[in-house]
Amino acid sequence: MAAAHPQLDVDVSAKVIRRAAATRAGKVALLSGGGSGHEPLHGGFVGTGMLDAACPGEIFTSPVPDQMVAAAAAVDQGAGVVFVVKNYTGDVLNFRMAAELAADEGIEVRTVLVDDDVAVQDSTWTAGRRGTGATVFVEKIAGALAEQGADLAEVAEVGRRVNELSRSFAVALTACTTPANGKPGFDLPEDEIEVGVGIHGEPGRRREKLGTAREIVAGALEAILAEPVLTDTDQVIIMVNGLGGTPLIELYVLFNEVVAQLADRGIAVARNLVGNYVTSLDMAGASITVCRADARLLSLWDAPVNTPALRWGI
Amino acid sequence: MDIALAKDWIQAIAAAMDTHKDRLTQLDSAIGDADHGANMNRGFSAALAAQESFEEDEVGRLLVKIGTTLISSVGGASGPLYGTAFRAAGRALTTAEPDPAEFLAALRTGLDAVQSLGAAAPGDKTLVDAFLPALDAFEDALRTGGDLADACARAARAAEEGARATIPLQARKGRASYLGPRSIGHQDPGATSTALIFGALATAAAAR
Repeated sequence: MAAAHPQLDVDVSAKVIRRAAATRAGKVALLSGGGSGHEPLHGGFVGTGMLDAACPGEIFTSPVPDQMVAAAAAVDQGAGVVFVVKNYTGDVLNFRMAAELAADEGIEVRTVLVDDDVAVQDSTWTAGRRGTGATVFVEKIAGALAEQGADLAEVAEVGRRVNELSRSFAVALTACTTPANGKPGFDLPEDEIEVGVGIHGEPGRRREKLGTAREIVAGALEAILAEPVLTDTDQVIIMVNGLGGTPLIELYVLFNEVVAQLADRGIAVARNLVGNYVTSLDMAGASITVCRADARLLSLWDAPVNTPALRWGI
Repeated sequence: MDIALAKDWIQAIAAAMDTHKDRLTQLDSAIGDADHGANMNRGFSAALAAQESFEEDEVGRLLVKIGTTLISSVGGASGPLYGTAFRAAGRALTTAEPDPAEFLAALRTGLDAVQSLGAAAPGDKTLVDAFLPALDAFEDALRTGGDLADACARAARAAEEGARATIPLQARKGRASYLGPRSIGHQDPGATSTALIFGALATAAAAR
């Protein structure tokens, strides 16, 4: 990754990826991280307009607090650090410990917890909704606001708002194969799909016969738009995300369905991302993330960004 | 419990994690994300190195050191949970060579810290389901006149039974919770690694 992107500084011993160029004094820093295997998340979103640093863990395993504290100390410009944390028990616990240790070192930390995955039902009986695709939206929009000079509370607040306005749903056609396990995490017959998968190859909540793109999108949008917060929306940012083993041509087919079915509901797609942004190693499948966006969020979305995986306006 | 036994314990855990890493990963593959064996083996390899270079003679300080090492090297949920258990137990020890009752009280403090951090109750299909019966069996053994080796042996058996008893449970914490009813029928990997830790304690204590 360091070889491909000279604008990144990759500290192999501390396991921290950060911007090679220093940011200005007084800028709020954004820090995220999580297990590896989801590339380009998170290191691919380090750069102007998004993250200041990312902490990659082992494959699908949260990084450890030492990494996060080292990263926070390296990127804090005196204005504090926002941790963008996906809601998985390991990420939550390690980032919580890191926030306490950073505070001991005089670094002010705010945490934005991302929990956008509507596939998780009965969330009071589970670890809660998982953080998936909305992480990209939170990092982009909060990153833009930090670049514009907002203070720590404002940057964290917009991050939380983006999370609140975002929902995701994923389906898989195959399981992924982690190196530790060496074989697919679950067996899936050729003609079935796993509905509501997470981003770690953990099986979904149920299996269905493989349907058409139209049926898959209809099911996903029904789950996503079921929540009141997303019903009075007339414009949205959409991400159709490949999980690692799905060709772009299939993602475009899905995206086309998303646009058509949202239009039927009177919802306009104002901006979009179609591609591999939050992957699960070699898993075939896709996730759909919807974020209701007002003019302010769209303007922050359009702000310049220069990272390995997102780049526009520069 | 003296420093030599505590060091033997850490060494025995590291050996057990190395031997059983594939089994833990297989269990985790069924209901989690297939990395528990690799993570625990990495953590206790680091703990073994920390133990070997540890030159003080207080059991409590060794356990705190092991906990800190686990937090710094395991990652995932297991790192903070096991790390916190060892750190809290270590900090609760006020004597350099605790007697069995003091050692048990420290382990209870470790379990309390884990439950408070992970917000897990018995029956949630987590490591608590092995940890709690192990301590209860340890306490029963002491109450009926058993020595440290007896208490450790009974704790290990109870932890193993507790781990097996997670098979019919539905997970309510951690990544397995996302499976809902589909988590039923699989033994919890965290309860299994806890059983290995108590098994290692029994092995070390029996060898005295």
